[in-house]
Amino acid sequence: MFKAFWFNRRLRSYALQVLLVGAFLSGCIWLFINAQQNLAARGITAGFQFFGQPARFPISESVIDYTPEDSFGHAFKVGLVNTLFIASIVIVAATVLGLGLALARRSAHPLLKGCASTYIEVARNIPLVVQLLFWYSLVTINLPTAREALTPIPQVFLTLRGLFFPKLELSGEISLLWWAVLASITLVTLAFIVQKRERIVEGKAPPFIRISMIVSGGLLLLAWLVGGVSARWDVPKLEGFNFVGGSALTPEFLSLMVGLVIYSTAFDGEVIRSGIDSVAKGQWEAGEALGLSKGKILQLIVFPQSLRVIIPPMTSQYLSITKNTTLALAVGYPDIAFVVATTINQTGQAVEGILILMTVFLSISLAISIFMNWYNRRISSI
Amino acid sequence: MDVSTQAIQMKGMEKWYGSYHALRGINLEVSRGERVVVCGPSGSGKSTLIQCINALERHEGGNLTVNGVELNNDIRSVEEIRRETGMVFQHFNLFPHLTVLENCTLAPIWVKRIRRAEAEDIAMHYLKRVKIPEHANKYPGQLSGGQQQRVAIARALCMNPSIMLFDEPTSALDPEMVKEVLDTMASLAGDGMTMVCVTHEMGFARHVADRVVFMDEGQIVEINTPDQFFSRPQHDRTRAFLEKIL
Amino acid sequence: MNSEANFVTLHPMDVRKPPLLRRSVLRDLFSSAGSSVATVLLAAVFLYALPKAINWVFISSVWPGGSGELCRATNGACWAFLWDKLRQILFGIYPPSEQWRPITVTILILVMGLVTLPPRYWRRWLLGLWLSGFVVSIILMRGGAMGLAYVPTTDWGGLPVTLLLAICSLGMGFPCAVALALGRRAEAPAVRYLCITIIEVVRGVPLVSLLFVASILLPLMLPQGMSIDKLLRAGIALTIFSAAYLAEIIRGGLQSLPKGQVEAAKALSLSWAQTILLIILPQAIRSVIPPLTNTAIVLIKNTSLVLIVGLYDLLSSARAALTDPNWPTPYTETYLFIAGIYFVICFGLSRYSNWIEMMLRARNGR
Repeated sequence: MFKAFWFNRRLRSYALQVLLVGAFLSGCIWLFINAQQNLAARGITAGFQFFGQPARFPISESVIDYTPEDSFGHAFKVGLVNTLFIASIVIVAATVLGLGLALARRSAHPLLKGCASTYIEVARNIPLVVQLLFWYSLVTINLPTAREALTPIPQVFLTLRGLFFPKLELSGEISLLWWAVLASITLVTLAFIVQKRERIVEGKAPPFIRISMIVSGGLLLLAWLVGGVSARWDVPKLEGFNFVGGSALTPEFLSLMVGLVIYSTAFDGEVIRSGIDSVAKGQWEAGEALGLSKGKILQLIVFPQSLRVIIPPMTSQYLSITKNTTLALAVGYPDIAFVVATTINQTGQAVEGILILMTVFLSISLAISIFMNWYNRRISSI
Repeated sequence: MDVSTQAIQMKGMEKWYGSYHALRGINLEVSRGERVVVCGPSGSGKSTLIQCINALERHEGGNLTVNGVELNNDIRSVEEIRRETGMVFQHFNLFPHLTVLENCTLAPIWVKRIRRAEAEDIAMHYLKRVKIPEHANKYPGQLSGGQQQRVAIARALCMNPSIMLFDEPTSALDPEMVKEVLDTMASLAGDGMTMVCVTHEMGFARHVADRVVFMDEGQIVEINTPDQFFSRPQHDRTRAFLEKIL
Repeated sequence: MNSEANFVTLHPMDVRKPPLLRRSVLRDLFSSAGSSVATVLLAAVFLYALPKAINWVFISSVWPGGSGELCRATNGACWAFLWDKLRQILFGIYPPSEQWRPITVTILILVMGLVTLPPRYWRRWLLGLWLSGFVVSIILMRGGAMGLAYVPTTDWGGLPVTLLLAICSLGMGFPCAVALALGRRAEAPAVRYLCITIIEVVRGVPLVSLLFVASILLPLMLPQGMSIDKLLRAGIALTIFSAAYLAEIIRGGLQSLPKGQVEAAKALSLSWAQTILLIILPQAIRSVIPPLTNTAIVLIKNTSLVLIVGLYDLLSSARAALTDPNWPTPYTETYLFIAGIYFVICFGLSRYSNWIEMMLRARNGR
């Protein structure tokens, strides 16, 4: 009877699946029970109740306000915003610079091509941690003290305590002003799109862009006056051993940003370059036969086609950049990984902390996957 | 009919691909030593039919019996049937990372557990049979299409099957190589091998087959001896098909 | 004979040499206004930076044999530090009297790596070589047997740890990756979804979080009294990470295999296991060797992250050496040295990967 069971194709498949799922689940349950026992032995309560308790550890810099009396929940929020902030900056910078790098690597100019190739090989073959620590050491040791600050631009000071620059302080009814700014940006963008379309369709277009700019200027002026807004430059001033006032970028932030941008640009540049290379040579030839310049061919013909090859690996590059921000732990920039690590140190709530960390990144990667599937479906229907 | 003389027996066999009814109530019996050619327009289900015989595709209704073994959910039935049948594919499906000799000795060594030296003797015997013993140590990529297909035939023969299945063996070959493969198949038939062959080569059907089966839209439309089939087709669809290809 | 309407050539033409190359590097450098500007700018940058670099590296620097005071006095590179601390940077705090053991392990791994390079050595005995080499390395480092003194893993450090972590994650990750890749393409839904979940979760989270899981959560999840060595925990995290990434690459290779190969194997009565081992895997893996070597480079670089969980590999041993108060913390020189070691290994592997790709394409191209 067992033989009939074992050799039956379908039954064997079901039995093996049930066994596999059973083994996996029982393994998980065993780990879970052990964890509960160990946590109980250390007097740590499982669960997310600790979220409401005050964090009591400092966070050296944050985009949103934070004090050590704020709750753990708020601390996590701060870390998350920091992570997203630096990830966004690096993504934008690396993409733009990557495009330039790709063009440099494809150029016929031997010096340009050689520099680009060398840069790419060096940046891609050295671990990111080493590069970050290298930049951090440069920024914290080799930059001068506040008294001998470097001043590349007037009123901007580069020292080993960070980069200090003037901050624009507005007072009054500034919410009106922000609405006016939003409206202006929308108006001008719309004007650009509409004018371009009109020019292609009708041959000539009314000067939408100029009109929108005048209207925006008027809106902003109106908001300024009605809101009674006044502006003041808060300039950093040397007091004692440091600068006071103005805005500052810490050495941790600077080194993380510079290191990540330099590292990611090399990879992004290669993705863009292979995308451009993937477009058939016949496209270039057809464009030249039609009398277009190389720049116009790239812009109008080759680049739009290369997007199809560029976007999938590029989105996984963006995910990589976001994951790489966790290396902020090595230089001390307070991103989400840092907040989680500190929280675990203080409260012992290891399971909850790591769960939060993994959930954050899984959500980001899930969002990117969904976008990728949508994009793939869209281009495969063309 | 006495079961011991039946090589293949299909009763009411059905197959669906999703909602597409690929095989509809197939009834066919192939006797031992018989040579059957299956022909028909594309999409008629002839490849599906032959792939159901050795369980590369699973039939979904009716019965299929090969050499007295009924093909059902029992894994052992599938294994036994595959040991009795050998298959030659349209695209050869030789293993590109192995030499011709290794292609032929792989299954005997690993399935039948024959010693390597003995397996190589068997392989060389069949390679001589298909007239390419000198290429034994070459890789498939170095041979022409006709030579590769003959290697595929030898590879199947090395397992000593009692039934040989051919799935459009010459459709992917350049015209000048079709003859060498058909000649090999004809000499196999001359030795008394039971053969089921899906092909468009009507000359082969006329000279070698014992019966010709015409399929259209998943059904067997007509079965007859080659003489009767080609000179006096009885169904309209058979006539229409023959008009197009002859 | 030859009229205006037709023409037949009477004599064959001699073969002649082409005219001399009219292009030159100078023409490329100044071919347009843009390039000329670029040339001038780049040349200016070089002329500014190069003398400073040469000064820092060679002229103002303190060569091996110097001391901390000399380094503090100058603003050039402090190469003396590297020479003085070389043992600590390369081998960590391993007992100096047993120094020959990590040195032997490093040389052994390098030799095994060199032997693996030529494709004609890719036979089954190579696997045996790596396996035995790995076991021998562990025994040598750990001791406690065959008359060798016992050295706990907390004292291991430097280059051997980096190399051992890389081998461990690649070696143990590869079979797991094959299993995951095959499972991801299985027909049975339970197997398929389990593998998809594992692969997507591991690929979606940063390696830092996996290291946290392994070093913080794993001890929590084991029963009291059972513990896993700290270095092994990091090795497990790296192995899981590499298994997920390698699985995706192998899956690409499996997908590119023609369906007919499996059909032919089935028709020949090969069992499922025989089909996978003899037919599918050899072809699938061979077709994805370039991406595999690229992933190997990524995994070697990733071993440097164990710094974050407090383990001593090449990078963190170097950082530990920097804390000596006798020296003025020459970060730049040390990081350049470490970067150089990684660069040699990784760049070498990427050149090798290019060479293999060209060779395979030449062999298979018909």
